[in-house]
Amino acid sequence: MRISRRILAGLATASLAVTATSCGGGGTSGSFDDTVTVGILHSLSGTMAISESTLVDTEKMAIEEINAAGGVTVDGKSYKIEYIVEDGASDWPTFAEKSKKLIDQDGVPVVFGGWTSASRKAMLPVYESKDAFLYYPIQYEAQECSNNIFYTGATPNQQSEPATDFMYKRSPAAGGDFFLVGSDYVFPRTSNTITKAQVKQLGGKVVGEDYLPLGNTEVAPIISKIKKALPEGGIIINTLNGDQNVAFFKQIQDAGITPSSGYYVMNYSIAEEEISTIGPEFLEGHYGAWNYMMSIDTPASKKFAASFKKRWGADRVVADPQESAYNMVYLWKQAVEDAGTFDDNAVREALVGQKFDAPQGPVEVMPNHHLSQTVRIGEINAEGGFTILEETGVVLPQAWNQKHPSSKGFACDWTDPSKGEKYKL
Amino acid sequence: MELLLDSLFNGVAIGSVLLVAALGLAIVFGLMGVINLAHGELMMLGAYTTYVTQLIFKLPILKPFYNSYIIVSIFLAFIVSGVVGILLEKTIIRKLYGSPLETLLATWGVSLILQQFVRSVPLAYGTGLVISLLIGLFLPTTFPSKIKESINFKYFKFSSWIFAALTGVLTGSVISSSVSKLSRASARNVDVTAPSWMRGQVEIIGTAFPKTRLMIIVITLISVIAITLFLNQSAWGMRIRAVTQNRQMSDCLGISTEKVDIITFGIGSGLAGVAGVAVSLLGSVGPNVGGNYIVGCFMVVVLGGVGNLLGTVLASFGIGIMTDLIGAGRLLSIWPDMPLPLSNTINFFATTSMARVMIFALIVIFLQFKPTGLFPQKGRMVEN
Repeated sequence: MRISRRILAGLATASLAVTATSCGGGGTSGSFDDTVTVGILHSLSGTMAISESTLVDTEKMAIEEINAAGGVTVDGKSYKIEYIVEDGASDWPTFAEKSKKLIDQDGVPVVFGGWTSASRKAMLPVYESKDAFLYYPIQYEAQECSNNIFYTGATPNQQSEPATDFMYKRSPAAGGDFFLVGSDYVFPRTSNTITKAQVKQLGGKVVGEDYLPLGNTEVAPIISKIKKALPEGGIIINTLNGDQNVAFFKQIQDAGITPSSGYYVMNYSIAEEEISTIGPEFLEGHYGAWNYMMSIDTPASKKFAASFKKRWGADRVVADPQESAYNMVYLWKQAVEDAGTFDDNAVREALVGQKFDAPQGPVEVMPNHHLSQTVRIGEINAEGGFTILEETGVVLPQAWNQKHPSSKGFACDWTDPSKGEKYKL
Repeated sequence: MELLLDSLFNGVAIGSVLLVAALGLAIVFGLMGVINLAHGELMMLGAYTTYVTQLIFKLPILKPFYNSYIIVSIFLAFIVSGVVGILLEKTIIRKLYGSPLETLLATWGVSLILQQFVRSVPLAYGTGLVISLLIGLFLPTTFPSKIKESINFKYFKFSSWIFAALTGVLTGSVISSSVSKLSRASARNVDVTAPSWMRGQVEIIGTAFPKTRLMIIVITLISVIAITLFLNQSAWGMRIRAVTQNRQMSDCLGISTEKVDIITFGIGSGLAGVAGVAVSLLGSVGPNVGGNYIVGCFMVVVLGGVGNLLGTVLASFGIGIMTDLIGAGRLLSIWPDMPLPLSNTINFFATTSMARVMIFALIVIFLQFKPTGLFPQKGRMVEN
């Protein structure tokens, strides 16, 4: 028993050594000159934990990959990346508090964090007042452009606008009327304001709109409104959040609002993770729009999915938010190496113009601190993934949406001191 | 006609979800006066019971009976939530009768513990734990009275708890090894899929109704009828009503108030479990599922008049129909050419979130005039 355990231990060490050198690509790993500690700040408890913990997993994986490839090289010295994970606890003030802790106490050069817009809005003043840097990986409503935040998720013109266009022009319900459903908070309301403006431009008609208070799962009144407004079928744009989607899709199917009877739902918050929770049997035939979909058939995408499964379990899936989280770690690494320092201002300057071969395809950091991205429209299939129907070229991000009445004609450019957060085009 | 039928059905459907959720609370809060903030979490346990039952019925041995799992889970959910409720009463609430503020805080604490419990304990072992509790609590009561009265009963009781614990661990590991989905802890919401005979719609007098909604209405009706019969016809029901009306007098007359408390609380909690089955058909099952309903439950009970089941029934259907009338903007379809300012106002409130605001406002106004609700208890009343 004792001997066998020793042998096992020996074998384990040996195999570890083998993997370490083999991954190191020349044996740089294990011999770092120094370490650098970064902050990871997502909810690990509370309602958002389910979603945000997948980002923590992805960021850890990206950091491990970078370390295995020799870490960050700054000024000829190689740094091993270490991280401190803090729990935002699904509570927005906690995000601000933990940000302060990471910046002041731990002195991290960068924080990867956040999911909800509310958490970002709570953290923003902290980073601006301390002139620190937050990397935020979620597709969001935009209408914001901070010098101290770097946004790697899609802006509405990189998700909802191409999606609306697709639904109105090329979906089976093309030319039909629109009904907008969302959870009652800032993202759905902003997104729908943009969609309404766009539908009007396209010459279509929005026949109804309803918002479900967060936490409420009673969708019966919404269903009767949809049936009244779209008696013959039509296009439904869905920005419901989390569990509310489950209630919505279960009940609309029971009420006969299905693709086979002419109702097509375009979703902005349903990725592979959510499909498996809701159940593909309720979602089959409806649509989603994302920058990254697990079914993208490129080596980079397959490698990303495979390494994630290898690291965290074969039943895990990767989705758009995770891909954004993965990209931002690499982009930070590249910017630091280009700047030759961990200093915020130098890294910020070096960041703009960084290019990265992301799992979704090439992305580039734009002067407004957002990414240029590819947009894909997918149909949800019975296997719980997306069948990709359309792929745009690279779409530039609009921090200030050009269809939203309050921001039309404005843009953001942090590389030019005379322009800054919001200037008139 | 079709419009009216549709509207009425929607109202009843929304109301019956409220009613089935509030029914248990109407008993616990209404009859016993216990402010049980863990009521939502007892519902959540019921919903998780449905999920576990569904997975167990997917095992090869039970597969032929898969279509009936939902019926079985109603009974199981009643038992599971009832047992947890009884344990809660025996350990915490019993010591806090008559101090509502402490009860409120303690049960809120319990609700947080239960939420985190389902997040961090694999459901298989959770099931094992419930089975241990069930055996531990009920095995001693099945012993012959000779043993019960003997001085060594405590040893019998102790050994039955050991037996219970062992059985629990055993079933826990059996389930965890045979159903892989239950063997790992997960904070992710899970999904209950209604059996095929309950999906889709059924057509009644030219209007199509979703079957799950009908099922929930049926579950609610059966629960209400059963509980009314129990309270009014059975001996224990009579005792419960007696204790509710005058605890000391009932005690003097030889009613074991302790037992009555346990039974009342157990039934109230069990009904929460049944409500859990119902809501699992509508949405997803997660640690927070019950928390979404708790405010609505208290609202219904207070509006209906504390301590009155009929009030609870009418209040929930009232709220349901009002929600549908306001939220779906029904008045506009009944009277399409009403004056512009009026139709604008109605349109403004015809969204789900504004309808909720309107309903709350109406309830607050109503309670200004009738603070004791629709049907206050009358008569020479109740303690203090």
